Amino acid sequence: MTEMSKIDTSTLLPQVTAFLWAEADLLDRKEYDHWLDLWQPEGFYTLPIGDTTDFANALNLCHDNDKMRRDRIERFKQGFSISSAPPALTVRTVSRIVIEKAEGDVITVRSAEHVIEDKFGRQRVWAANMTHTLVVTDTGFVIRAKVVRLLNSDGMLNSFSYLF
Amino acid sequence: MSLDMPKFSDLDALYSPDAKVATQMYEDPELFKLEMDKIFRKTWVWVAHDSEFPEKGSFKLSHVGLEPVIVVRDRKGVIHVMLNRCRHRAATVCEVKKGKTSSFQCPYHGWGYGLDGSLRALPYPEQYGDDFNKEQHGLQRLRTESYNGMVFATFNDDLEPLVDFLGPEVCRYIDLFMKQGGGFPVKVLGEHQFSVPMNWKVQLENTTDAYHFPVVHKSFMQSLDGQTEEIFRFLETGKGFVEDLGNGHSVMAMIPELIDLDENLDAPIPERFTDLAQELRDEGYPEDQVKKIVRAVGGAGFNLNLFPNVSFSLSFFRVLTPITVEKTDIRHIALGMDGGPAAANQMRLRLHEHFQGPMGFGSPDDAEVWERVQRGTKGGEDLPVLVNRGLVDEVPGTLGPRGHISAETGMRAAYKMWKGMMSQ
Repeated sequence: MTEMSKIDTSTLLPQVTAFLWAEADLLDRKEYDHWLDLWQPEGFYTLPIGDTTDFANALNLCHDNDKMRRDRIERFKQGFSISSAPPALTVRTVSRIVIEKAEGDVITVRSAEHVIEDKFGRQRVWAANMTHTLVVTDTGFVIRAKVVRLLNSDGMLNSFSYLF
Repeated sequence: MSLDMPKFSDLDALYSPDAKVATQMYEDPELFKLEMDKIFRKTWVWVAHDSEFPEKGSFKLSHVGLEPVIVVRDRKGVIHVMLNRCRHRAATVCEVKKGKTSSFQCPYHGWGYGLDGSLRALPYPEQYGDDFNKEQHGLQRLRTESYNGMVFATFNDDLEPLVDFLGPEVCRYIDLFMKQGGGFPVKVLGEHQFSVPMNWKVQLENTTDAYHFPVVHKSFMQSLDGQTEEIFRFLETGKGFVEDLGNGHSVMAMIPELIDLDENLDAPIPERFTDLAQELRDEGYPEDQVKKIVRAVGGAGFNLNLFPNVSFSLSFFRVLTPITVEKTDIRHIALGMDGGPAAANQMRLRLHEHFQGPMGFGSPDDAEVWERVQRGTKGGEDLPVLVNRGLVDEVPGTLGPRGHISAETGMRAAYKMWKGMMSQ
């Protein structure tokens, strides 16, 4: 059910798609400062474990507020975190984009993400369902919330030196 | 080597008296097989914490070495650990990681088992004849004992009781560790699981390795506030110690002032906990309880490392499961206060996420160096791995030697036990 108010329905899907692709491109190119600029400060970047929705009271893979996002990026950039220097190379594809809800200035978007990671001469494949809560501003979208549900999030994983 | 000489008869060549480990120890598949038989099938192996299956009928899946087991609480509250393998044609009888049930049923031919593993019923039993004895066809049960909520199991019926295997010093440290419940029972809140391409002993060594902390975890240290960072500078202050507690177990006390969380309760509340303390006061907790809870939230000041597969690490359990000679699964189990204030548990969850797990600020760096060890052993087959650090100034401790906080005393404790068990 899509409720439209201030949002132009005919251009919304391509606009949202362009935004998600641009975000994926920033992450693949490790343009982390630009990625931080996409966020509303009060937003959370969350990778839950299992199907929980009560992120505050559950153990997540990460549940980053503004400070944790910035600390994480700082850690990636400093160059002395052994898992991030050199970091894994990634190629991600975002597809199957569905606008779930659009109310006022707030849009909820579901999508599929595949990430291929390359390090130590081996490649790993990760798949996830993403939900972005985007806010329409005069200069474009900003992210209010991003929830990435990795397949097998409650199973055996590996360590990640990048974002999803 | 003569043909009748077993391949690994010279254990000194694998772990020498001057504390050098042969490269083979990390990569020989035959040695790994022997270890699974002589160690993981012969000793007490940690399988679960009480809180993971709290009610009658609740269960969780676990492993004893390579072998899949079910840990379950029956209707009388008795804990059973049994092999997850139907006695008929070997199919697993449970693939749900955790839950509650009244029985286990094999999906292949419908053999049904009770919570204690006994065979209750099988479809069309006639073809087995009149002398088929159901009592002899229950799930294989392991000896199971627990201490202060920690549940262990073994295939070895001749093994000493769990408390004797742990010994008085380990039991004392377990009791101290559980004080981080802040007056509430300790409860498992969740876990991070990740697989690392390394031999299980690389992990065994790491739980008692303080030497790596400032190097590997520099980026974690940089993300802390000044006061907290100071606490983690335990290598520089040198106040801690590492001690052999017998039977392969050891303690690494990084922050000695936090060994007993009931002491120093009148010390000022650290800056990172001031908001939490205020929240607890606002909720009506009396000041002495606020201090106790807040002090407990940060975790204990030591790692207690139990041979062969579990470590009580500051504020969480670290469990290793060997998979192959070059692959080990790691679980970092987050703990909280059962019935304690939500704000305190939330803080513990966020602290756990900060360091642990696939996306923590610590675990990925640990996982990378562990993998690097395994990759490095592909070269220099003749070069030993050194675990002799700190031999120079070790002193006698309560049960075994005690060394500098950065000494490899705990690794030597583990390898001494390893050698003893492998020689049997």
